[in-house]
Amino acid sequence: MMRTYAGHSTAKASNELYRRNLEKGQTGLSVAFDLPTQTGYDPDDELSRGEVGKVGVPIAHRGDMEALLEGIPLGEMNTSMTINATAAWLLALYIVAAESQSPPASQDQLQGTTQNDIIKEFLARGTYAFPPGPSMRLIADMVAYTVLHIPKWNPINICSYHLQEAGATPAQEIAYSMSNAIAVLDAVKERLGESAEQDTMSKVFGRISFFVNAGVRFVEEHAKLRAMSIIWEEIGRQRYGVTDEKLLRFRYGVQVNSLGLTEAQPENNVQRIVLEALAVTLGRNARARAIQLPAWNEALGLPRPFDQQWSLRIQQVLAYETDILDYPDIFEGSKVMDGLVEDLLGKARAEMAVVAEHGGAVDAVPYMKGALVESHRERIRRIEAGEQIVVGQNRFTETESSPLTADAEGGILVVDPAVEAQQIEAVRQWRSSRDQAAVDAALGELARVAADESAERENLMVPTIAAARAGATTGEWSATLRKVFDSYRAPTGVGEAAAAVSGPELEELREQVASLQERLGRRPKILVGKPGLDGHSNGAEQIAVRARDIGMDVVYSGIRLTPSQIAKSAVDEGVHVIGLSILSGSHRELIPAVIQALRQAGVDAPVVVGGIIPDQDVPALKQAGVAAVYTPKDFDISKIMREIVELVGERAGVPA
Amino acid sequence: MSGSEQASGNDLGRRLRERDLTVAPAVLNLLESTTQADREQALALLSEVSPARLGHEPRGRVVGVTGPPGAGKSTLLSALLRTWRDADRSVAMLAVDPSSRASGGSLLGDRARIEFDPSDRRVFIRSTAAGERLGGLAFGTRAAGQALAAAFDVVVIETVGVGQAETEIADAADVVVVVVQPGSGDVLQFLKSGIMEIPDVLVVTKADLGQVAVSARRDLNAALRSLGRRDTPVLSVSSVPPPSGIEQLAQAIDERLAAIDLPARRTAARRSAALSDFVGEYGMRALRGLGGRRTAERLLAEQDPALGEAELEQALLSAAGDPGRGVRGA
Repeated sequence: MMRTYAGHSTAKASNELYRRNLEKGQTGLSVAFDLPTQTGYDPDDELSRGEVGKVGVPIAHRGDMEALLEGIPLGEMNTSMTINATAAWLLALYIVAAESQSPPASQDQLQGTTQNDIIKEFLARGTYAFPPGPSMRLIADMVAYTVLHIPKWNPINICSYHLQEAGATPAQEIAYSMSNAIAVLDAVKERLGESAEQDTMSKVFGRISFFVNAGVRFVEEHAKLRAMSIIWEEIGRQRYGVTDEKLLRFRYGVQVNSLGLTEAQPENNVQRIVLEALAVTLGRNARARAIQLPAWNEALGLPRPFDQQWSLRIQQVLAYETDILDYPDIFEGSKVMDGLVEDLLGKARAEMAVVAEHGGAVDAVPYMKGALVESHRERIRRIEAGEQIVVGQNRFTETESSPLTADAEGGILVVDPAVEAQQIEAVRQWRSSRDQAAVDAALGELARVAADESAERENLMVPTIAAARAGATTGEWSATLRKVFDSYRAPTGVGEAAAAVSGPELEELREQVASLQERLGRRPKILVGKPGLDGHSNGAEQIAVRARDIGMDVVYSGIRLTPSQIAKSAVDEGVHVIGLSILSGSHRELIPAVIQALRQAGVDAPVVVGGIIPDQDVPALKQAGVAAVYTPKDFDISKIMREIVELVGERAGVPA
Repeated sequence: MSGSEQASGNDLGRRLRERDLTVAPAVLNLLESTTQADREQALALLSEVSPARLGHEPRGRVVGVTGPPGAGKSTLLSALLRTWRDADRSVAMLAVDPSSRASGGSLLGDRARIEFDPSDRRVFIRSTAAGERLGGLAFGTRAAGQALAAAFDVVVIETVGVGQAETEIADAADVVVVVVQPGSGDVLQFLKSGIMEIPDVLVVTKADLGQVAVSARRDLNAALRSLGRRDTPVLSVSSVPPPSGIEQLAQAIDERLAAIDLPARRTAARRSAALSDFVGEYGMRALRGLGGRRTAERLLAEQDPALGEAELEQALLSAAGDPGRGVRGA
């Protein structure tokens, strides 16, 4: 199956995009939701500011879902939804939209996938909404519900994809995703109760699919997938008593690696994407069911329809022009491949044992997070030291100017800022035009079921679907559950990361920091934080860890901060510099808002910004008061640190 | 935001006396600074809020909270913060994190874990790194606790650790709460073996774990009985919704505070801190010059109870610095 991950601005605009892609030969839908929808906030929430319609489509209620899918027969469509914390809600909206189509599509006709993997949200992606326990309950309820009522639905897609993006080694990717799957299956088993028949549990096992990553070291990556299918079968047989070969099969979809895509000479990303696609297609015994390829310009900003077409065409060339689909498994009997697989199996099993010792994947979140931050730091160190070559970034950097990025917007899609205002207006309109009493009653029922912790508690999907039908909003559904379940902040992992290995460069920086400390009277203190809803915290975490390693005091406040929270922290903590990280494209709105809040609070410390910031946005940010902007092409963190240390000295009036 | 460009120490001290909470960040910037100019301003600030200047002990209460990493201190403090704010008490929290031994830098993570309303002007949270100091506190923490107690209703000093580190927090706080996670026997062992001073309140977190939390509490109670300290409260709390035991903990802290002779405790703490600062600054040789620890303690005991630490240290210094006069009599 071939898809491109798409959706932006509004339900209506995304609907047009989907219909165009279907006409071009795409065979399924892959819906990208915006961050407020993913984290359970309405467009008019304070936290949604700058994020509405940015990285995906905003869906605030059944009306939006109906508009999104208009004219697309859901009884026949296979729809993949990248949605996790609020997956139960979005599935409910999808069900309601399907039953309101003409002709209506019933639940047993629906086909598709909800990503619904919360542990990787705590570990890597950051779009969680509730604490781990209640989140697992929502997942278990959803799995139990779909197995009975929506049998063709994949209720969960265990993601190893994001773990690799967060720095996981292949062995970690295998071990953490498998441990994650075990946690989910155990929860479902408990949910189904002792009385459940083996047949039901086997079916549940068979419905679990994976969403994996493939990096550019595509031979090893292929071995990783073979190793995953071996471990998966073992788990099925030994832990859950599954015997049906078909249900034991390791089914996975893939989006190839984005972490390795570069902002420098972005055209090279095309060949990286092609090679990564080979990792998941070459050997038939471990071939992907569905492939999504990123666009070549992902490290620059949001891809345009043209860029997505290019990614689709890569898949079509692979499928229809090459001969890779013509043969049985081409690695069967290969000593090299078998050796690689054995090696990965050994390492992954050892790591799974460590996770089990921590009490399983849910309890091991802080451990796994720390390990990922550590691996990612090692990766960055190798690139900085030139031990790992990235063409166009740390080697072969001389380049002709690129005609690909020459147009006015720099070769990316820019979402019209007016979208947010329209959506705010639209959701308010929606709230005022519905039957409020019915909504209140539905949400009351949802709260009642959520608060019930007894073994006989009802399935949360039932009141969720009722609330969707009644016209409740995404923010209302989430707020109701947040009230019962409490809100949550995931561990940052930065505290667990071990101290850096010394080197001459680090020593030099430490001396600079020590000298600055003498001049300031206090140890230089930096606030690192992520404004907005974007949960991709790798960059911020790496900056935080490095700042600590060179001897600074680091206030790392994590993700999902409002401008007023950042300002309050900066004042209270008396920081000398503020580092903001933002990858969702909402920097144009959020960064000036944060700076304004800081200045109003009387903080005059300099602000530096890192993230996916297109060149043409830099002048406006500087105008707003940003001292420096760092983008993915600034891979040398030591250099960034040196500049920050100098900046602090100059601004505090104590230059070196 | 370097300390040196802030308002003068006298001015900051005066504003603390007037219970102006907005100066808290500037007070900390100054008290944490090591430049000579800032040290002088810091002394001026502290003398503005000393009991002698105020005419009474600062009204705020300093609560020390300590426990091993992962015991659930931050979650507990979030809940306590909510309780105190519901009672309209202003709260300052000084969270002390350990520093990296290699780089001296630190990751101050507590702020992210403590939940509060950023628009609430009656809450102040500051994280500091312990730096090279042993004993669990950061440079300036104790002074900051005393200074902020002049303006805030509650000042919390939070440290990481169990064992010897409590001696410093005991000198800095009016009441010490030790947080214990069920299933870890450290505190129990330290208590029994006398490595650890007996805290004012013991809290067993994660009551939602059930039996293991119940037995942790029972073991601690048994240990306290055998040490003849059955009056030390051991509480069980759960911060997982629905939270339990938080109100009782806040109440136990208040009862404990009401039961102690606060001026006497603070006076003793100031004297003990002045002596250890003196030794830290001038070394054992200077202490011997004074005639040894006992003599120094006697000398301190003879001073005005309302004197601040700075004045007490000065008294030690002048006694030591002029051997001709020997140890002063009354």
